[in-house]
Amino acid sequence: MTALTAPTVDQVAPGVVTRVRPGELVGTQKGILGVSAVALVASIVPAFLGEDDHARHRVMFSYLTAYMFALSVALGALFFVMIQHITRAGWSVVVRRIAENMAGTLFPWMAILFAPVALWYHDLWHHWIDAQITDPTAADYDSVIAGKSGYLNVPFFFVRAVLYFVIWAGLARYFRGASLAQDQDGDPQRSLKMARMAAPGLLLFGLTTTFAAFDWIMSLDPHWFSTMFGVIYFAGGVLGVMATMGLTALYLAKKGYLGDVINTEHYHDIGKLMFAFMVFWAYTSFSQFMLIWYANLPEETIWFAHRSEGTWNAMFVTLCVGHFLVPFGFLMSRHIKRNTKTLAFAAVFMLVMHWCDMAYQILPNIDHHGFHLTWTDITAVVGVFGLFVAMSLKNIIATPLIPERDPRLAESLHFHNV
Amino acid sequence: MSSEANVWGVVAEFDSPAAIYAAAEATTDAGYVQVDSHTPFPIHGIEKALRHGPSHLGWFVIGGGITGITAAQLMMWWMNAVDYPIYVSGKLPYAWPATIPITFELMVLLSALTAVFGMFALNKLPRHYHPIFKHSSIHRVTDDRFFLSVEATDPKFDRSATAKFLESIGGKNVELLED
Repeated sequence: MTALTAPTVDQVAPGVVTRVRPGELVGTQKGILGVSAVALVASIVPAFLGEDDHARHRVMFSYLTAYMFALSVALGALFFVMIQHITRAGWSVVVRRIAENMAGTLFPWMAILFAPVALWYHDLWHHWIDAQITDPTAADYDSVIAGKSGYLNVPFFFVRAVLYFVIWAGLARYFRGASLAQDQDGDPQRSLKMARMAAPGLLLFGLTTTFAAFDWIMSLDPHWFSTMFGVIYFAGGVLGVMATMGLTALYLAKKGYLGDVINTEHYHDIGKLMFAFMVFWAYTSFSQFMLIWYANLPEETIWFAHRSEGTWNAMFVTLCVGHFLVPFGFLMSRHIKRNTKTLAFAAVFMLVMHWCDMAYQILPNIDHHGFHLTWTDITAVVGVFGLFVAMSLKNIIATPLIPERDPRLAESLHFHNV
Repeated sequence: MSSEANVWGVVAEFDSPAAIYAAAEATTDAGYVQVDSHTPFPIHGIEKALRHGPSHLGWFVIGGGITGITAAQLMMWWMNAVDYPIYVSGKLPYAWPATIPITFELMVLLSALTAVFGMFALNKLPRHYHPIFKHSSIHRVTDDRFFLSVEATDPKFDRSATAKFLESIGGKNVELLED
């Protein structure tokens, strides 16, 4: 008796080009890589130059904002892959490889991009790192931070960072690797194993993403705490990846790949998930805000008090309107989600709003009296997110464009929204 | 003998989802518009073959949602800021953040109720009698047969021509039903 195998892509979808033709897209990939490399140099080097500590710190904060933005998208891709496996989803097979390749950048690229942040840790998180602050005899002793020093101390901070990257790298490599191996042997057992692995994978993902958001964003203001914080970061990241994935699929279609394979039905679903996670972001953000506003405890309200100074208040309104109200009305209609032009517009718009959200969470820790866009804010996001895109594209060029022998490929190809 | 006014429509029976899908396409292609299918389970894409346009239910639902938002805001503003203003923990009598959860809940409630009861209304439900029940093998509609109906209100409807047409596209047990 022969083992059961999934049909080949030629049997399921005759004539579909599943690999990037030799030499194509490479120029674009190299171009993005080049631009992002220059932008990275322009956003890292100024942090080491000049006498003005504040200006140097501002450069570091630009980089942290861009890094957390790009990381959230990469993590969102990992989440997307696992949630498709755990639900044994059929519709998403044709777009899953894009997400697998994006999550594949978590290691080594997102880990390498973390290096500058790790190098500047003392400047970025100085509020709880200052040696004196946990010493009861010191003049600037802070009993609140001293009470948190079991968690917020430098060795444990770095142990956790390593742990996060080990887990993310392991999950991303496993799911991408198993999917690529299935391209070769068409073994349906691999799909079942991935579904089983996705359950503990999602648990680890949830914990690491939450604590990474606590460590790298929330601890910038170490007196303050919010249990909702990690969820907001996660929601923004999944929103970001749905936007990035939709744009990547549209780019591939424009270059003559998968144009018939990833069709209106799949874009419709990407749009629905974009809408859903945009609303989920609003739901969690408002939950955090309302509980703090209602309870009115000074140690909690201080976070929003800082963010109501100067133009930060305008950013708050921008997020309410631009990250929720306007896209809520815009993305509600199925016609908007099924039209690739309007969907692409919404995707770009939501990515900009997601960056604004990151800026709103991170930058008030240095721009105390209002939002001041600096040129390193721009170069950092071009550099970090550009490198993420370039390396995702490199992965896309290197692998089949769809999971060629996934047992649910046929279901995905013939998928229709009711 | 029945008069023309009492005729509800012509119903034909088919054996498989593929057969009724093809028959639905053929019938709408022939210019019939009052065409419907009656099947044991939902058939993907049949509404396209039947050329049923998008449902209007969404517009009812958004109306329900907006009514919910408006009602919630007016209710809380009138109760908290007009009728009986009361200061709680230093907040203004009407403070927008406090109103959001109830506004959201009332929007969801009225949207959901509108969706359910709007669906009933558009389907003319509840209804205990339907002319199609007079078809001799309609009891199999919950088991293994698929029925296609062309109603007499269709401008192209003709009791004998329509019946012949349904037979020509493979329909069995084609019956003329009265209301």
